[in-house]
Amino acid sequence: MILRLAIGSLWARALTVGMTVLAISLSVALFLGVEKVRAGARASFADTISGTDLIVGARSGSVQLLLYSVFRIGNATNNVTWESYQDIAARPEVDWIVPISLGDSHRQFRVMGTTQGFFEHYKYRGGRPLQIPDGHGLEDLYDAVIGADVAATLGYAVGDPIVVAHGLASFTEHADQPFRVAGIIAKTGTPVDRTVIISMEAIEAIHVDWQSGARVPGQTTPVDVIRQMDLTPTAITAALVGVKSRLQIFGLQRWINEYPEEPLLAILPGVALGELWQIVGVAETALIGVSAMVVVTALLGMMAMIFSSLNERRREMAIWRAMGARPATILGLLVLEAALMAALGAALGIALLYLGLAVAQPWVDAAFGIWLPIQPPTAREAWVLVGVIGAAALASLLPALRAYRLSLADGMMVRI
Amino acid sequence: MTEPALALTDVDFSWPGRGGFSLSCPSFEMARGESVLLLGASGSGKSTLLSLVCGIVAADRGRVDVDGTDIGSLSAGARDRFRAERIGVIFQQFNLLPYARVADNILLPLRFAPERRRRAADASHEAARLCAALGLPEGVLTLPSGRLSVGQQQRVAVARALIGSPPLIVADEPTSALDANTQDTFLSLLFDQAGRAGSSLLMVSHDERLGHRFDRVIRLEDIVTTERTAA
Repeated sequence: MILRLAIGSLWARALTVGMTVLAISLSVALFLGVEKVRAGARASFADTISGTDLIVGARSGSVQLLLYSVFRIGNATNNVTWESYQDIAARPEVDWIVPISLGDSHRQFRVMGTTQGFFEHYKYRGGRPLQIPDGHGLEDLYDAVIGADVAATLGYAVGDPIVVAHGLASFTEHADQPFRVAGIIAKTGTPVDRTVIISMEAIEAIHVDWQSGARVPGQTTPVDVIRQMDLTPTAITAALVGVKSRLQIFGLQRWINEYPEEPLLAILPGVALGELWQIVGVAETALIGVSAMVVVTALLGMMAMIFSSLNERRREMAIWRAMGARPATILGLLVLEAALMAALGAALGIALLYLGLAVAQPWVDAAFGIWLPIQPPTAREAWVLVGVIGAAALASLLPALRAYRLSLADGMMVRI
Repeated sequence: MTEPALALTDVDFSWPGRGGFSLSCPSFEMARGESVLLLGASGSGKSTLLSLVCGIVAADRGRVDVDGTDIGSLSAGARDRFRAERIGVIFQQFNLLPYARVADNILLPLRFAPERRRRAADASHEAARLCAALGLPEGVLTLPSGRLSVGQQQRVAVARALIGSPPLIVADEPTSALDANTQDTFLSLLFDQAGRAGSSLLMVSHDERLGHRFDRVIRLEDIVTTERTAA
């Protein structure tokens, strides 16, 4: 009966209660939404590369190696010689190995030399392969496969010519050897989207007339001559390695790290991603903090609303008291009302969240490559909801205590 | 000898920190089943007296016995429970929770008074009987109280005060919001039902014309002395 009366009392003040509930629901939806985006971003981040067991590069830091080999941020301090690459490739544990060669660029995008193996073995988001809905992979020496962002930003279509520039942010172009867009990779939400992929041989080919990072003056080898040349690379930037059995990962990693001919570094992508996320993750804490403040603000609004309703409800409190209700019952009634408002707000917030997710999911995936899974609320989210309701009950204690004192002082006789 | 329904003996009370209003009542008694009209203008201490009788506040000195129990000896919580069990209260107006159905309003005191609920036996049946006896239209029980006219609301308040037949009914100017005609019918119904329930009726009013219906008419200033020291 008390519950029914509390609901009736809320219903009678539908407008103010509705606004309060709306504020709570929006804040809850925002908070849980940020949680979802955070989890989605984290998962997408961790899903940038999957299926690769080890990344091998010249010795540096593991985060640095991850940054330049996968995220194309920063530069390698050193290369890995082709001999070392072949030694690793010859190890019995190695199932597959894909070389990567970086250093050139096209407009603001990095150019990456690799083999057709990259398209077979590079996986993202839990084992999804790269797909080329438009065109085909690397077939000719001067084929370039470009990421979705490259195509979208520069307006490239299959068949368009591309000229690769030497180095990064450089004005020296390999204009004598133009490439052709052979394929466009479907959007992945990974750095591949922002990469121009050409073959290892092509990397060698465009540098035939170059020495120590500068063009040899007056020397231009014709393209048909280059096609006849041995274009085996002398060095690579990094390599992605898959092992036959996961049990062998650590053995191979130790072998590479202790490789005597050259200082090398092999990292587990998952571990390095974890380290990197710890750096990036500071922002997520700030986001959570801000959205938590929004929830607090909504609850403060509710508190203010209860406070302001107290005066007009003194008559009602007097009726309760006259009927034999103890001041504690009145306190309980107000706390119950607050908890009901918060519960309604939380339920509405959840509904808003899922509605928002359903609407935004495809768009966020396409625009940012962040996949927001629509799943039933996790235990953590359930605790957030319980926390919001609890906090509302707690926040209402302040006005409720005031009502308690008022009803003690007023008794049944209110002089308004 | 039966105990009086209400007895105040050597009562002294002053509001804590509130303009220093104090009241003393050397002696006042109401027999069981008796109806008493207390005449007093506003500010004469009737609110304070009713608060004492209903156990909202406790006397600083002296005894307030309701139905044979010295309510001054009870704790605040026990006084609240006692009020729910033994006293039916009717206000001047705004008696009801406007958002609650009439039935919920009538049954509300029983929520805090298990003994009274037992006395009422089939509470919702009793509520319906009281409504009918008080001339309220059929089907009124399920209506929200806010939709009723003032006169109807006062009758519902009577039904609420009378349910479970509490020994004492306290009414604070229950007719002042009604016009002369309705006043008369209202009082007849109140007296009929209070008599039927065997409840004593203590009514406070400033309207002397109502006096002829009551067993006794007492001027408030004859039984209490009040003092207001400037704060």
